[in-house]
This record gives sequence, C-alpha cells and structure tokens, in this order.
Amino acid sequence: MVVEMLTDIAHIVVPILIIIASAFAIVFKDLVAAAIAVAAMSLLLSLEFYILQAPDVAIAEAGIGACLTTAILIISIRATRREEEA
Amino acid sequence: MIFNFPYIAVVALILIGLYAVLFKRNLIKIVIGITFIECGVNLFLITLAYRKGSTAPIYTASPGGIMSLPVPHALTLTSIVIGVAVLALMLSLVIHIYKIYGTLDVRKIGREEE
Repeated sequence: MVVEMLTDIAHIVVPILIIIASAFAIVFKDLVAAAIAVAAMSLLLSLEFYILQAPDVAIAEAGIGACLTTAILIISIRATRREEEA
Repeated sequence: MIFNFPYIAVVALILIGLYAVLFKRNLIKIVIGITFIECGVNLFLITLAYRKGSTAPIYTASPGGIMSLPVPHALTLTSIVIGVAVLALMLSLVIHIYKIYGTLDVRKIGREEE
C-alpha cells in the first residue's frame, strides 16, 4: 500500500523535475551549467524510464545520457567558447 | 489518469526543444534543443508501452499479471543509439565551424566580409 502510494507520487514528481531541468538547460547563459542541467535531465529521464517499467532502456539512457552526452558536450565547449554571447 | 502524466512532460520537452532550435542563436544551445526533442520522442514511446499495474517484460521470476509492451522498448533502444551518434556528429561540425569562422552565433557565420 505504501509502495503504491510512493509510486503514484513518483509518477507526478519526476515529470515535473524533468520539465524544470530542461527549462534551466535552455535558460542558462553559461554553457557548462547548461551541460550539467542536460546531465540532470538525462538522469531524471532514466529514473522515469525505470518507474515506467522499462529497465533496459533506463540502463542505456543512464549510460549514454548522463555520461557520454555530458562528456562530449564538455569537450566541445572546451574546444569552443564557454559563454553564450547575448 | 495519473499514469498519463508523463505525456505532459513529452509535450513540454518537445516545445522547449523547438523553442531552443528556433529562437536561440548559439549553436551548442541549438544542439541541446535537438537532443531534448529526441528525449521527448523516447519518453513518448516508453509511455505508450506502459499500462497501469504492468511489470517489466522479463520472464524470469515474473510475478504474473500484465506486462508492458516490449516492442517500443526495442524501438527506443535503437533511437537512443542513433541520437548519441547524431549528437557527436553535430558537435564535431560545431567545433569545425568555430575553428573556421571564430564565432558560434548563427547570424554572424559567413558574413564577416560585409
């Protein structure tokens, strides 16, 4: 009973956190902060895949989204410019 | 009703990605917007596969009852791999554009001689 109630709460809270993290990733002027917000969004999306009963997709999203995407974003920001101009 | 709540996140992710693609001027922000559209489509497929009270489609030690549909899971795994390949290609092109033109603004690229 407690587990079902916590699952219902997670089905509401995690999509709201995904929306907030994606909005922050677009709003930030510092591109490194935007990359960290993208990593947080990928982690929350992997948690959402897990509570939607897709553990294989959750493993792939956690490995690729939270690790590989952030790494190549940081590498490309380091090769170019960090601040977004006006 | 409560289990249809991720569709709101799908719509919000696709709208935020479209906003970044259309109105942002930095190339890396545009790449992040395209990534958000991909994430929205993946979440849409996984939400379609889910029903209330379903378990993961793994047959070892299954508790019985209904299972979530495994075909959109396979589609989403393919889509995630294609997404990271496209992201890596776009970022390498962004690095080459910065080395040639010296800027990341989409309205300044190719207009230095004016």
